[in-house]
Amino acid sequence: MANPDNTTNFTGALTDPDHGVTVVPRSPMQDAWRMFRGNIAAMFGLALLIVIVGLTLYGTLIFDGDPYEIVWAPHEPPFVNPDFPLGTDYLGRDIVAGILSGGGPTLAVGAAAAALTMLIGLLVGATSGYFGGWADNLLMRITEFFQVLPALLFAMVLVTLFSPSLAVIAFAIGVVSWPQTARLCRAEFMKIRELEYITAARASGTRTWRIMWRFILPNAAPPLIVSATLTIGVAILFEAGLSFLGLGDPNVMSWGLMIGANREYILDAWWPVTFPGLAIFATVFAVSLVGDGLNDAFNPKIRGR
Amino acid sequence: MSLSYLLRRLLYGLLLMLGVVVLNFLLIRLAPGDPALVIAGEMGGATEEMLESIRQEYGLNEPLLTQLWIYVSGVATGDLGESFFFNQPVAGLIAQRIGPTILLVLSALILSIIVGVFLGAIAARKPRGPLSAFVSVFATVGYAVPVFWTGIMLIILFASVIPIFPVEGMSSVRMRDAGPIARSIDIAHHLVLPAFTLAIIYLAQYARLTRASMLDALSDDYIRTARAKGLSERIVVFSHALRNAMLPIITVAGLQFGNLISGALLVETVFNWPGMGRLAFDSILRRDYPTILGVLFFASAMVVIANLVTDFAYRLADPRMKSET
Repeated sequence: MANPDNTTNFTGALTDPDHGVTVVPRSPMQDAWRMFRGNIAAMFGLALLIVIVGLTLYGTLIFDGDPYEIVWAPHEPPFVNPDFPLGTDYLGRDIVAGILSGGGPTLAVGAAAAALTMLIGLLVGATSGYFGGWADNLLMRITEFFQVLPALLFAMVLVTLFSPSLAVIAFAIGVVSWPQTARLCRAEFMKIRELEYITAARASGTRTWRIMWRFILPNAAPPLIVSATLTIGVAILFEAGLSFLGLGDPNVMSWGLMIGANREYILDAWWPVTFPGLAIFATVFAVSLVGDGLNDAFNPKIRGR
Repeated sequence: MSLSYLLRRLLYGLLLMLGVVVLNFLLIRLAPGDPALVIAGEMGGATEEMLESIRQEYGLNEPLLTQLWIYVSGVATGDLGESFFFNQPVAGLIAQRIGPTILLVLSALILSIIVGVFLGAIAARKPRGPLSAFVSVFATVGYAVPVFWTGIMLIILFASVIPIFPVEGMSSVRMRDAGPIARSIDIAHHLVLPAFTLAIIYLAQYARLTRASMLDALSDDYIRTARAKGLSERIVVFSHALRNAMLPIITVAGLQFGNLISGALLVETVFNWPGMGRLAFDSILRRDYPTILGVLFFASAMVVIANLVTDFAYRLADPRMKSET
């Protein structure tokens, strides 16, 4: 018999009048958020990320300027002319305009590539880990094959053979980055499928796909969320590398392209390559601080490692 | 390590390489346009006779499976096709360039492992000390810096501010007629900046990883025993704990090898290092596909070999694995 005094009220809080305490049940996600909120580095990363995304989305509304337009003499040094606070590049184009409009494509490709990476990684990893047997064997051989290909080189080949559009670049990065996610996801699925509640679900006739996506995936989510965050960072660095080599979309300004275009003049002017590089660094740094923070929040036991 | 295990691993490595060859074949066929045109490159001048001779040589008029067979058996005998830009076999072109790449990659790998493991091991002795904090921050920063940008920043620094290291190429022109020792020193001098640039990311990662796995190892019982025996702290840390803590480093170093080669590609471009990456980049600008795919083949082969070496190294480092097949 349940104790009638031990009531559940509308907020879901459990009240125990014998001990005079109220316990508000929290989901693991709420717990993780509380941990995350207390982590100064992670909150700093999150704030930095919000500022960067905000600037790339709305920055062009404040500093309106065409990144391709020649607006001033070439190689105007930074912090001198208030109209061009970060100076101008070898053609006399405004670097602030370049950084503000170059962030969009970099972030978009990074996010799209990370999404594709997660999608392929999840499908391969979940199938492999849940079913095991020959499917696992086959999929893991394929995964190993993709791990043998040097990622950047393979992406370069794909972009060159097809077209250097943003979609192909995101596709190329996704295709080369998924093996790690697949391995992680496989390990989680293998671990969880042995738990009793999964056996119970199977015994009660729950359909396989429902077990996989509704019962296992939510419990496998924490490490996958951390991995997704870090994947965004890697994808941004990738896009920057491709654009730096001149293999990005030639019609779209991006941070890597700015560095690549100005690299022949670095000994005359340091600023046209330094500031876009700092922008890439700040973005990936923010993303990885958030990733580390999530990791700590989901695994309080291994904090500080 | 039994012989049959060794043979099995080698065979598996060969199978992976066969996969790369098939992939190369498919890439050319999947690319939009006439494969003969793709192989000839888009340099313009490909005449109809030239295209016809390419079709003959690659059997492009044959059924797809026959084409695949011609291609695979060609690669098996060392024929990776012909670069129509250089008018030279691709295999020969790459043979000239693979040495500098291996030199760069191995130097960066050794530098990052030695310095990273050393920093991590010292940091682990004081988990809340300043060096630990530095290793954590350095690892996060190192991960976030684009490698080509680090290279450019170092070039700016060393070309104009402190000109003590050469910032371009692999050797000085004036050293061409010098003796072998002087030339080796010259190459090593040129190697400093590219190798350091490439090493910095991995150095940071290995330092963090070593710190974490040393913290695990140092809390084990056998460490307490070693200390109780009265061994010096230096011996406890560097020969007892580090030996076990090295296992994850070996695994990660092996898994990272492909990324290291990708990084070398960018670093070679920045420092004008005459390796495979530089060749791949130039070939892409020239649309010289046979060369690009040849580089992809060789780079993948390097990763396969690195994985085999890692596998064997792990077995040597971990006595528990010796009895298993």
